[in-house]
Amino acid sequence: MKHENTERIVRAALFLCAISAALILLFIVSFLFKEALPYLSHGDLAGFITGTKWRPSDNIYGAGIFIAGSIITTFGALLIAGPLGVACAVFLSEVAPKKVATLVRPAIELLAGIPSVVYGLFAIVVIVGLLQRDAGKIFTGEALPTGKGILTASLILGLMVLPIVISISQDAIASVPRIYREGSYALGSTKWQTIQKVIIPGAMPGIAAGLILGVGRAIGETMAVVLVLGNVGMIPSSIIGLESRGETLTSAIMLEMSYASVGSMHYAALFTLGLVLFFMAFVLSMTSDYMLGKRRRN
Amino acid sequence: MLGLTAKRKNSIAMLLLWMSAASILLVLCSIIIYVFYRGSHELGIEFLTGQPENAWLDGGVFPAIIGTLYVVFIALLFATPLGVGAATYLTQYTKEGITTKIIRVGSDSLNAIPSIVFGLFGLALFLYYLKMRPSILAAGLTLGFMILPTIIRTTEVAIKAVPGCEIEGSYALGATKLQTITGVILPTALPGIITGVILGLGRAAGETAPILWLASFWPPITPLSPADPFNSLTTTLYFLTSEAQTEKYVARAFAIASILLFMVLVLNYFARALNNRLSANIRR
Repeated sequence: MKHENTERIVRAALFLCAISAALILLFIVSFLFKEALPYLSHGDLAGFITGTKWRPSDNIYGAGIFIAGSIITTFGALLIAGPLGVACAVFLSEVAPKKVATLVRPAIELLAGIPSVVYGLFAIVVIVGLLQRDAGKIFTGEALPTGKGILTASLILGLMVLPIVISISQDAIASVPRIYREGSYALGSTKWQTIQKVIIPGAMPGIAAGLILGVGRAIGETMAVVLVLGNVGMIPSSIIGLESRGETLTSAIMLEMSYASVGSMHYAALFTLGLVLFFMAFVLSMTSDYMLGKRRRN
Repeated sequence: MLGLTAKRKNSIAMLLLWMSAASILLVLCSIIIYVFYRGSHELGIEFLTGQPENAWLDGGVFPAIIGTLYVVFIALLFATPLGVGAATYLTQYTKEGITTKIIRVGSDSLNAIPSIVFGLFGLALFLYYLKMRPSILAAGLTLGFMILPTIIRTTEVAIKAVPGCEIEGSYALGATKLQTITGVILPTALPGIITGVILGLGRAAGETAPILWLASFWPPITPLSPADPFNSLTTTLYFLTSEAQTEKYVARAFAIASILLFMVLVLNYFARALNNRLSANIRR
């Protein structure tokens, strides 16, 4: 009897452990809502999302610039990580000799392990410097006024999300049935034709899921972006130079939170930014999981 | 691509594919070499073990090293038992159903939350509601929330890899469920669990955004109790980089980045070694 009791207690304790993650999630969402409430109840959510003026001192909160900044930098990151990541995944699973693959794989894991603030430091010192001095000479004949902006941010973000794009694309490629490949080769196709016509189309849903997950990561990245995007409250309108600077949801929260006083409208508006960010990341992750899950069932 | 034969196109494509991997390797190597090279000017025994002076511009970063280790320790202390417990429940105590679905969606969504949102949560919960000081405990728990899903997932995978015959053998000998879990399942899954802990450790040690508001830049204190204020390597690196405009700041920032990178390299090596042993075990 005593023994059954122990088992029951253990079971209950383990159940509590199991729901802890869901509880923490619930806790986080309700805290965000609660802190954002003074702003949310104040109204105009549409104005919040589409407004392009953010002036806490005048009580004007238009997060549109930050949302646009986040979307533009993330899109730039995708332009880099998408083609390069898929190419690398194809290389690793279809082309690379075993020895080469065992060399490249740990390198990609390392890339995933580098802290974001280290990426930020590298970007601000090396990429910003290179861009300002040398790219300026190529494009305009003289040094640029700044090397910060969406190009630098997209480059470093692209690099940061590469590992996730590669690893999920690789899984997707591995799940393309062997017979398809053999059929293609038997018909006399070259390796590239097989990759292009059979493997990539077959793996496409998985690759898309990987890209979506990458977007989710990029949109939530803070440290590297805050260091290299220039942090000017405007929508970037150029790829290089002063007009390419901007600010994202994450960098706005990071920079302003330390001087927003608790309970003020500014504070609540920053938590509303956090909520927007949370929902973007949540929807992207759910979409990606759904796509991967559907694939697995098939 | 007019005028190109299939064979020709194939060679060009193969070249590009090789180049994609080569460029990634090249970028990784240049980051690592550059960071260590720039960091080497400041790095030394004094830098690793000394107390900082002059707003971290002189002296060592010892308090930040201890801060990082301490915060990560608290995060693991929180997340490891919870995560292993959760994975044990998911694999041994229930069938797939609505409950497990809720648990999994919860854990996956927690994993997807941007790190700065954890920062907001930590700030609101610990500083404003619980009225705690910015401290090791607050930062450690915030990071613990963040790495919990990683530990749950890796432990689940490790437990699922335990051969069914070993579990059945244990039951056949009359062992209870609890005895089977503590005597057979968890010991067999241990290398996999440790891999998960290492992954979580690496992630917690490298994060900045969740703990930036919970750190105290100056004066530096080598934390002794979990209630002490702290600085971590990452928060110090961020402060130096965002202030930075002199060579001295940059050099010191790179020295801290070298320590972080060295940590990442060592952790990766161990995770890899464990993983290889694990897959070798399974093959046997």
